[in-house]
Amino acid sequence: MNSVNDRSRDIGEFVPEPDDDMLICRCEEITKGEIRKAVHDGMWTMTEIRRYLRTGMGLCQGQTCARLVKGIVARELKISPAELEPATSRVPMRPIEMKVFANEAADTKEDW
Amino acid sequence: MKKTAEVVIIGGGIIGCSTAYYLAKKGVDVIVLEGSDNIGNGGSSRNGGGVRQSGRDVRELPLVMYGIKNLWPGLSEELEVDCEYHQEGNLRLGKNEEHRKILTRLADNARAVGLDVRMIDGDEVRSINPYLSEEVTVASWCPTDGHANPLTTTLGYYKMARRLGVTFITGEEVKELRIIKGKVRQVITPNNIYEGESVLVAAGLFSRDILTSVGIDIPMTNSLLECLVTEAEPPMFNQMLGTAEADFYGHQTKHGSFVFGGSSGLERYNKDNGTPVNSSKTAPCICRGIMKYFPDLANAKIVRTWAGWMDASCDGVPAIGKVDEVPGLYVACAFNGHGFGIAPAVGDQLAKLIVSGKTDVDLYDLRYDRFKAKI
Repeated sequence: MNSVNDRSRDIGEFVPEPDDDMLICRCEEITKGEIRKAVHDGMWTMTEIRRYLRTGMGLCQGQTCARLVKGIVARELKISPAELEPATSRVPMRPIEMKVFANEAADTKEDW
Repeated sequence: MKKTAEVVIIGGGIIGCSTAYYLAKKGVDVIVLEGSDNIGNGGSSRNGGGVRQSGRDVRELPLVMYGIKNLWPGLSEELEVDCEYHQEGNLRLGKNEEHRKILTRLADNARAVGLDVRMIDGDEVRSINPYLSEEVTVASWCPTDGHANPLTTTLGYYKMARRLGVTFITGEEVKELRIIKGKVRQVITPNNIYEGESVLVAAGLFSRDILTSVGIDIPMTNSLLECLVTEAEPPMFNQMLGTAEADFYGHQTKHGSFVFGGSSGLERYNKDNGTPVNSSKTAPCICRGIMKYFPDLANAKIVRTWAGWMDASCDGVPAIGKVDEVPGLYVACAFNGHGFGIAPAVGDQLAKLIVSGKTDVDLYDLRYDRFKAKI
């Protein structure tokens, strides 16, 4: 957390790879190539990748692809995946209908 | 690692990134220091995406209007990222006479400075947005308002500024500024000392502590903001929405999801105050508010909620400009939750101010030293 990270560090040029078309985030249909290009555009944290590309922002909220994305980003940055903080998990853990979510206060109502 | 530049910007949010970009376009050498690990981690990524003029304070309106006229229309092309900018109007909704009064006053104020905003009745509201319930009886309508994607826009400014040679360093939490020979010069972090001819403090809430080190105080405090996001829904409407009582605001994104912000009224007093977390009460309360306006959304699924801090000044508008007492020092903070839509204009004007000493928009009403005791 909060370690000094100079975003001008040379990570080399983006080199196309044969499997760049492979879908990594299935919910939002983001490919390996898009993730690798985003790293070369300066998105060096899981949070930035997520906000820039929407990886992990779909129905599963990253529960499927987060590890895969992390591995790809780490390899591109030439660091260990352990050095990358995961993106923040958000409430609710499963998609929930607005009319159900809205019932949080129902037990305080007189007509309950 | 580079530690000196013509301009050191403190804060890697959209204000810092946009100013860095416009400075770099003018050939200025810039370092941006971000305290957190992520670019755009504060209000820049934690807002409802409004690019609005209606409902804004008349002191900040000229700057907002300048940006919407001159910068927003071409921003996606300029930043080579989809900012998802839609300029299809803002409906500010009301349900009763009290709301009508609030909206009419805001509309009158905005018209006085040249904004096209008018009052419309419930039927006209539904002709613009047929999904709104019969409870809506009045609204203000500003056709030149809109919304955009704060995430791609903020990171787009970062990407392009970086491409133009701006140095960005994250995880560098600035603790103090140091004046040398009568001018601001050094920017101190726990790890390093950076030096610049000019220093811009654009660190949101943290600006206050940083500015205190050179004797400048801008009275502001934190205010919690919370939003919820639905799964993708079929395209329904493209207007930005708000309400007279500000019980919720939001829009449908290009992705199809709805982003709605709101409050429960308990935010200032929750037991987690001090941490920008979402509470168990706020999002359900926003849901109840939304369903009264949009019955069709009752079955839309919420996929996530999030919260953040706004940097609220004591009079509701930001502090932007040059600090007279400390040569070389500039501020841009206390955006009161309005920092996203105004950011391109702020960056563009600050870059001009730093390079030439002049701005196209008069920033006098937003000066940093306007805060006085009431008696």
